Amino acid sequence: MNEEKRTILIADDDFDYLEQLKFHVENFGFKAIAVRTEEECEAVMKTEKPDLAIFDLMMEHDDSGFILSYKMKKLYPTVPILIITAAASVTGINFESENETERNWIKADRYLPKGIRPDQLHREINKLLKI
Amino acid sequence: MEILKLLVVDDEAAIRSGIYRALRDFSVDFPFYEDDFEFEIIDAESGEEALSIIEKDKIDIVLLDNKLPGIEGIEVLEYIKRKSVDCAVMMITSYASIELAIRATNNGAFNFIPKPFSAQDLKSAVESITKHLFLKRMTRRMKAEGKQVRFEFLSVLSHELKSPINAVEGYLRIMKDKQAGDDIAAYEKMIDRSLTRIESMRGLIMDMLDFTRIESGKKNRSIVELDVIEIAKLAIDSIYPVAIQMNVEIIPDFPETLIMKGDGSELEIIFNNLLSNAVKYNKENGTVKFTIRKENESAIFTVEDTGIGMNEKEQALLFKEFTRIKTRKTKNISGSGLGLSIMKKVIDLNSGNVFVESEADIGSKFTVDIPLHTIA
Repeated sequence: MNEEKRTILIADDDFDYLEQLKFHVENFGFKAIAVRTEEECEAVMKTEKPDLAIFDLMMEHDDSGFILSYKMKKLYPTVPILIITAAASVTGINFESENETERNWIKADRYLPKGIRPDQLHREINKLLKI
Repeated sequence: MEILKLLVVDDEAAIRSGIYRALRDFSVDFPFYEDDFEFEIIDAESGEEALSIIEKDKIDIVLLDNKLPGIEGIEVLEYIKRKSVDCAVMMITSYASIELAIRATNNGAFNFIPKPFSAQDLKSAVESITKHLFLKRMTRRMKAEGKQVRFEFLSVLSHELKSPINAVEGYLRIMKDKQAGDDIAAYEKMIDRSLTRIESMRGLIMDMLDFTRIESGKKNRSIVELDVIEIAKLAIDSIYPVAIQMNVEIIPDFPETLIMKGDGSELEIIFNNLLSNAVKYNKENGTVKFTIRKENESAIFTVEDTGIGMNEKEQALLFKEFTRIKTRKTKNISGSGLGLSIMKKVIDLNSGNVFVESEADIGSKFTVDIPLHTIA
């Protein structure tokens, strides 16, 4: 077993949502790096390769989460990405990345709505990390 | 029953006939609208054919493949955008890249449906695009009829209201499950944050009420002769507690009195917004210079701070509803994103003007001028 804690990079512009994600992720036993802007996130990505990333969709830009996913996969193609968003309830657009085709243009591996329960989040993270 | 014309653009005959079969008996209904929507399906094998159909027929919905033999789907989309054709477009494509997605979204594509798709995928996508189209047209019609219904406003608003609810709910759940242990001290920060979010939500609701009242023209105005200086002093008093916390000094420079005709609560909105921004976005130990003077037949208010300032791009966004400038420097400052757009509307109502000069990291200066006597 690998004793080193796995690192999860979290980006969300809502301070409280970010704090809560960080709290849960640390509770699950991971190391969390929390950032609040797309810009900050890109800076971290350059020096640190996380084991998994969780991005909010709408930050400085409406598609910040997409942009970050794209850049992340370019740097580290194997790092799984979760996008957590309230977009569906705002725009009525439902992005889901269930099949290969969708994953090709939406670079995220999984889409989850905001307000997801911690145990569901834990399951999704474990699934992506193959734990 | 309403019939919507739906154009399918795809070079594969099998896809066209598949879509036809899936949608020929399909209808969309809304709980709040009597009529159902049904679809008249028209198809085109190429982008060129699609364009000629779009030109002569009034098409409502386009299902558009990108990879076509002649011109590409995205070019058809760009044509629709350029000519402002009143229809909703959904891309159906198996070769989607992020670049295409961004380009398509920028050109107003409503959604993507990746190939291969099931009849059910298609139906739910068509249902959501129909709803979108209906709401868009309904909004336009209401605007044309002069009704002040604003779906866009409401949907942004619901997002702004939902975020604090999500935040507070998240903290409450952590507390309920005692996820941080049994020591209540561990939860203190969460309680404080919840209270802060509720506070800012209340602020948003108040701002929103002001905003909708002004917007719908229903705000009762009481135009009287009033002393601007008195109102300005009250505004300073109400921001004072916040200024103390940040150790920001407010330096007034007023004449003894300045009488003008106007609505006191409107002047309050202007002063409160200018001052609270100048304090909130200031640096610790900063200053706010608040000057009022009479020039020709106008009252001139200037509020100058020593805060974080804005670059030109940020200044351009300043008076737009719900726009908050999100940067590292503003991340711990709460705001509804409505304040300045409310202020701008009030100033317009009074035939006044507002100007901004600002430099990043140096500070901002807002100047408002309002005629003293034009209001009847």
